[in-house]
Amino acid sequence: MVRPIAFLAGLGFVFVLLFSLVNGAVAYISEPPKPTVEHEFHLHPKEVHFASDGALGKFDLQQLQRGFQVYKEVCSACHSLNQVAFRDLEHIGFTGPEVKAIAKNWAIEVPSINPATGEPATRKATPADKFPSPYANEVAGRAANNNALPPDLSLMTKARHDGPAYVYSLLTGYAAQEGYKNDAGKELLKEFPDAKTSPMLHFNPYFANLNIAMPPPLVADGQVSYADGTPATVDQMAKDVAAFLVWTAEPKLQTRHEVGLWFTLYLLLATALAFMAYRNIWSRVKH
Amino acid sequence: MSFPWANQYAPKNPFMKWMDERLPLPRLVYNAVGAGYPVPRNLNYFWNFGVLAGAALGIQIITGIILAMHYAANGAIAFDSVEHIMRDVNSGWMLRYAHATGASFFFIVVYLHIFRGLYYGSYKAPREMVWLLGLVIYLLMMATGFMGYVLPWGQMSFWGAKVITGLFSAIPVVGTPIQTWLLGGFAPDNAALNRFFSLHYLLPFVIAGVIILHIWALHIPGSSNPTGIEVKGPQDTLPFHPYYTAKDGFGLGVFLILYTLVLFYAPNALGHPDNYIPANPLSTPAHIVPEWYYWPFYAILRAFTSDFILPAKLWGVLAMFSAILLLFILPWLDKSPVRSGNYRPAFKKFFWLLVADVLVLGYCGGSPAEEPYVMISQLAAAYYFAHFLIILPIVSRMERPLPLPNSITEAVLEKHGEATA
Ligand code: HEC
Ligand code: HEM
Repeated sequence: MVRPIAFLAGLGFVFVLLFSLVNGAVAYISEPPKPTVEHEFHLHPKEVHFASDGALGKFDLQQLQRGFQVYKEVCSACHSLNQVAFRDLEHIGFTGPEVKAIAKNWAIEVPSINPATGEPATRKATPADKFPSPYANEVAGRAANNNALPPDLSLMTKARHDGPAYVYSLLTGYAAQEGYKNDAGKELLKEFPDAKTSPMLHFNPYFANLNIAMPPPLVADGQVSYADGTPATVDQMAKDVAAFLVWTAEPKLQTRHEVGLWFTLYLLLATALAFMAYRNIWSRVKH
Repeated sequence: MSFPWANQYAPKNPFMKWMDERLPLPRLVYNAVGAGYPVPRNLNYFWNFGVLAGAALGIQIITGIILAMHYAANGAIAFDSVEHIMRDVNSGWMLRYAHATGASFFFIVVYLHIFRGLYYGSYKAPREMVWLLGLVIYLLMMATGFMGYVLPWGQMSFWGAKVITGLFSAIPVVGTPIQTWLLGGFAPDNAALNRFFSLHYLLPFVIAGVIILHIWALHIPGSSNPTGIEVKGPQDTLPFHPYYTAKDGFGLGVFLILYTLVLFYAPNALGHPDNYIPANPLSTPAHIVPEWYYWPFYAILRAFTSDFILPAKLWGVLAMFSAILLLFILPWLDKSPVRSGNYRPAFKKFFWLLVADVLVLGYCGGSPAEEPYVMISQLAAAYYFAHFLIILPIVSRMERPLPLPNSITEAVLEKHGEATA
């Protein structure tokens, strides 16, 4: 009884699936899906390498400090780091007093309460505070950015495919849309005249829909001046801030690589011993 | 286990004797996973995966209990509490990655365990109950994994919960009320998060209970083996301890090495970046995909694109559940008296086709719902149902199996080029 019923159920599913397939194929042939502008012009992130890449990757503290400087002088005007506290900077080579000074002089104050009146107020940051958002709330953030909200950057490099390479490519990827061609030599505005970027947005082929609300944040070489003498080209600043955002997203990355090595070595040894024990015990029997 | 030649438990030291008369727990262990359980001598490495699944469950329970000490199941702070574990709790990052990667490895070993059973016909009499209980475990694992993925309350958590509970809304008339009832609201929110956490904590212990039944049921007939022939005498078996404890120990080492490499060097490779964005009911992700271990079934769900008597969505839901539930009647679909695929030439070809088919379905399930993936999943899903419901019953009737060896020992000696004495 089971098998005839199963047989019929099987035929039923197969039939409905093939029916869907035929319908889909007919639709596909009679009305082939139109290529979209994202499909033709969206770019994968560029190849770029960081000291933290790979199984033995370590943070380059000099670079993280430069990246922090870019964040501080450029990005923090719009983006918070709500998972990272000022005192965490001690892990990338700042001293306690330096961190205190950075927090105290931070351009954006943190929300608090007026101790006398109980009214909402702001106060200077302390090392225990997280890097604040410049906007009191989402509405204020959107109002200041053509209705787009600058996202928190703490986890940005884990929240996008190829995170650090993506951030680097996005920052260095702004282009003029007029006359823009892809690798195949197709000109965007000729192929898709409707896809013209609105004046409120900025053309960037690394962004998913090619039009980002963020104005190009890194525009000129020397926009920040690095204390360690590294030339602050746009490319360098983009790399440094991407490296810094790898750290904000995964501060324990280097520890993880180190601990993993010990685990692996220990397990290799233990497994080799287990293998010898196994062979030894089984040497007496055929199997 | 009732093989007459099984080693008998004989406590030597007085304490163990005293214990044996009052609570014979050591005896139980001895008979279940000690020298008192005779096992076919010819098991290959595919018989390691049951023990590995048990180890994976152990890892999940231990890491999970500690994570729960720091996690907060509240929509406003769940996401941040996970980041707190990653950043501030001592070794919290390791615990969390161990638990997340551990779930994937649990499914990897269980899938290998299931396909072992499919190839060697372990689901056949007298082991139907072992198979059925295994499937119950698998269903419970799917539920547990799904609810666990909701807990970090990222974008995929939220939208995954919404899509999966939304499947119930395909049921005519009562569908939407059922979805609302499951979620405790019209969309996933605190009520849903809290009940998912509660159940996510509970189900692994239910799984542990069903595993005990699974092994109990296994120990009635004893393990099968790559030839699929039943044990005939003492020369066919070896005591579980030390032979298989040693072999499982080595297998466990290999498993832990692979697990460690992913845990420490690619912990996010099996996850989705969108889950590092806090849940936002107002912003739908471009592609909503579940965890990789649901992909084959997700592909089946999405393969139904045309209404035919019933709405396409309802077909998809019915088919997705049937795809799993049909495994429950497998022992009665495949009536071939030969168990092992080694001796079934036609079955073997279809088996490997099924493996390829499930991989294709998995690939399509993880891809966006556009062509050519939809058409490919339609073909692959059609084969999936045809394989179990149409082809297997026919093959098991028509096929002429290869000659079987007379006994396990004969097969072993033949492999070593020796004749039976
Ligand atoms: C003038 C304000 C402003 C500044 C300064 C700024 N951003 Fe942005 N950023 C935005 C806005 C607005 C968005 C949202 C864009 C959108 O959704 O279209 C954004 C989005 C982003 C994104 C996310 C893109 C995505 O995939 O969703 C990244 C990454 C980013 N910014 C990095 C940076 C970095 C790094 C800096 C400093 C070098 C920086 N931003 C400086 C306003 C700013
Ligand atoms: C938490 C998950 C599971 C655990 C811990 C577990 C554990 C075990 C163990 C320890 C064995 C004996 C060793 C072996 O044959 O590998 C076993 C055998 C078996 N399991 Fe599982 N199992 C699990 C899930 C499943 C599932 C999901 C299925 C199938 C749907 C299944 C089907 C079987 C079968 C058929 C056998 C007997 C194999 C034979 O003797 O040939 N198990 N299981």
